[in-house]
Amino acid sequence: MTSPPTRRAALLAAAGFGLSLNFVARQAFAASEGAAANRKLIVVICRGGMDGLSVAPPVGDPDYQGLRRAIALDDKALKLDGTFALHPSLTSVHALAQAGEARIVPAVATPDRARSHFEAQDVLESGAAVVYGTSSGWLNRAVTGLSAQRKVEALSVGPTAPLILRGPAAVSSWSPGKGVDASARLPTLLQDLYKDDPVLGPALARGLATETMAQAAMTNLPQDTSMTTMTPAANAPGLVRQGAEAARKLGTTVAGFMREPGGPQIAVVSLDGFDTHANQLGQLAPRLTYLDAVLDGLHTGLGADWKNSVVLVATEFGRTARVNGTGGTDHGTASTALLLGGALKPGGIVGDWPTLKSSALFEARDLAPTVDMRGLFKGVLADHMGLDRRVLDTTVFPDSATVRPVTGLV
Amino acid sequence: MADRDLDAAIAVTRFGLGARTGEISQARGDPRGFLKAQIHAQGAEQPQANPETAQQRLAEFRDYQQDRKAMKAAQGPDDPKPGPRDPVKMAQRVLREETGADFAARARLGAQTPEGFRERWALFWANHFTVSASKLITATVVGPYEQEAIRPHVFATFTELLGAAETHPAMLLYLDQAQSVGPNSMAAQYVKRGGRGVGNGVPLPAAGRTLGLNENLAREILELHTVGVGGGYSQADVTEFARALTGLSIGGLRENPSQAGAPVFRAMAHEPGARTVMGVRYAAGGKEQAGAILADLAAKPATARFICGKIARHFVADDPPPALVDRLERRWRDTGGQLGEVAKALVDAPEAWAPTQAKFKTPYEFLISSWRAAGGAPRDITVLAPTLNAMGQRAFSAPSPKGWPEDTASWAAPDAIVKRMAWAQAFAAAASADRDPRGLATEALGARLSAPTATAIARSETRAEGLALLLMSPEFQRR
Repeated sequence: MTSPPTRRAALLAAAGFGLSLNFVARQAFAASEGAAANRKLIVVICRGGMDGLSVAPPVGDPDYQGLRRAIALDDKALKLDGTFALHPSLTSVHALAQAGEARIVPAVATPDRARSHFEAQDVLESGAAVVYGTSSGWLNRAVTGLSAQRKVEALSVGPTAPLILRGPAAVSSWSPGKGVDASARLPTLLQDLYKDDPVLGPALARGLATETMAQAAMTNLPQDTSMTTMTPAANAPGLVRQGAEAARKLGTTVAGFMREPGGPQIAVVSLDGFDTHANQLGQLAPRLTYLDAVLDGLHTGLGADWKNSVVLVATEFGRTARVNGTGGTDHGTASTALLLGGALKPGGIVGDWPTLKSSALFEARDLAPTVDMRGLFKGVLADHMGLDRRVLDTTVFPDSATVRPVTGLV
Repeated sequence: MADRDLDAAIAVTRFGLGARTGEISQARGDPRGFLKAQIHAQGAEQPQANPETAQQRLAEFRDYQQDRKAMKAAQGPDDPKPGPRDPVKMAQRVLREETGADFAARARLGAQTPEGFRERWALFWANHFTVSASKLITATVVGPYEQEAIRPHVFATFTELLGAAETHPAMLLYLDQAQSVGPNSMAAQYVKRGGRGVGNGVPLPAAGRTLGLNENLAREILELHTVGVGGGYSQADVTEFARALTGLSIGGLRENPSQAGAPVFRAMAHEPGARTVMGVRYAAGGKEQAGAILADLAAKPATARFICGKIARHFVADDPPPALVDRLERRWRDTGGQLGEVAKALVDAPEAWAPTQAKFKTPYEFLISSWRAAGGAPRDITVLAPTLNAMGQRAFSAPSPKGWPEDTASWAAPDAIVKRMAWAQAFAAAASADRDPRGLATEALGARLSAPTATAIARSETRAEGLALLLMSPEFQRR
């Protein structure tokens, strides 16, 4: 009992200065909570308008080849059923699908139709029916809703805070880095200096608490978990391999956080670079390799907790059904979402397939949506996280009472 | 006079890039005049970077691509992986190093310039007309792009700046315009016929390739650079504008060598015919057609409203006072979009001088202002890059054409604050030397220094701790 204070203890002391420490002190509480407290939800946002027709190409659709021509994937794609396959880079997703632990939602869209990245991302993340409908994120409001039943922690991965987790409920954020010099007085002095600051005070306290957890979660992980290698245009095979390795480590690290006692039940990871206006074949393969690696890292990292987990992969919109003049695709409408996790019920595609017949295309150019993204989110929040339907219809997704949850997924 | 002290601090820290020692006292006599003297007809200051032009960089890059292709062709599939002395790898490294040197030169200018407002104004426009290093080829030209297309025009008319930005090779590459071809253009007809007919000595694409439209640049000009997403255009306007832009491209290596890497107009690739964009009909023509559309977009009231709102958000508050936006918009309208006059209107607006520190610094702003406060400048990119990566603002690499976000919610995440603290600790340890942090705090914040911060710094155990407290103080984190 008289051993010198450890680095962890020092950080704890610093983080707890004048503020409650949310993450680490809740172990006993979480243990008494039962099954609901063990459920995990991870949302992966692919930014840039990910092309659903490449993620899960409908190779059995008679119009696919004619629309996609040079960027059609039929021979190399990984078969799912008579109509659909997966992009050749999505090998881990394919293995999970064959085990009944991954499903595709091939024609899903937000209610936004402007084909603007930023507007569509805002709607995807705010959960509102229209752009600028609300300034907080649906997952943040879901945390508030769940908090009425039990304490729920949420974590965003990356140094900036995505809209989906912004709002009144306090959430944590983390990205790989060097850590904090625990011997210095600075964290404590700053907590004092920030005590009346509504932004900096809570942010620093949470940041320090998460840093403490990171030390524990990464004990068995390499220290150089770096997302930065994922951002540059990586066309060379060597760079793609490095990027995939970093992406897998990122997935394992996030999973490690979620397995910590009192760790987050909800996490958000953002990947970018999916805006493929030109040379789509070459541009998209490395991005999907990274996505696959992140998902594989989450799967293996969650270990026994995988059976309690759902991973949702979504993007702001899909791309034009036809290949454009530069071997790419322009901004479109419906795209593919992916659902993964040991908690999923096995089954076929989620939602109807509108087909690629020219009469079925939205505004004669895009895949038409058959599933409202909010319905998908609602289904997962209701069935997996146990969120009340009325809260979903009014608070988490305002003005969405007519959007039915997609049920039977979990 | 206490108000003049506060105005001087605001002039240097909110309008500028943070105070260097002596700067606030220098602004004290006439804070507004101090700022207006930084508005120069010839534009922003140029960083002391490698003098190569974008055209030279692109020609080098194309050479590199050809070498790479040739080397790949020469290699068998079983050849061992190329080592570190591989000429292609070395070329790649040189290209990356040049980009890093450009960025470091820009950061040094920010850290040392006596005209912080002038530099901030230039950075605002570089972010408005974002070109990101997200592709290797654009990485090599982001630096020259800012120097050639942005900095010379930031106090000229908006029409001039818009034209320079949208036709620069860096933008044409970043938003995929360079390859966009009219589906009914001569070039597309030639390919459709399997390469027979036409000729004229103009290099044409290989037969069998598909050629067509790419609407990326047209869409982002409308959505992000001019009228904004609520500006009243439709999908049909985007496509029509994209057709009008066809032909706007970059000279290749096998064409006229003096044009390699330069902006060119390929009449062969231009979609023939008249175009209608946002209700206005534009007669058939060459590059004049796109030029006329750009000029009309620049003159639209929606453009003035959209961009003046952005200026107010950048300088004053995430949610700026409507009266301020109105003032800027009025001056924009009255002067036909003279950006120097809009800058003066900003300085003249009383709302811009409110003492509330509403703007949270971006990582770049935080770092530059720290160097200004401590009296140094970053030596090279190896110092800067890892820090900016960790804080989420990778050098020259905005995540999308929308540019970097500038609101508090984007940058004040828990992880970001911890990263700032860790950096401030290390920076202060290296930079404090034998200087009194109390004096540094007065110089850096002037009348904005709060009593609790001053007390905390005065009580610090070491000079390094005092400086780190200053940099992390609530008032230094904001502007």
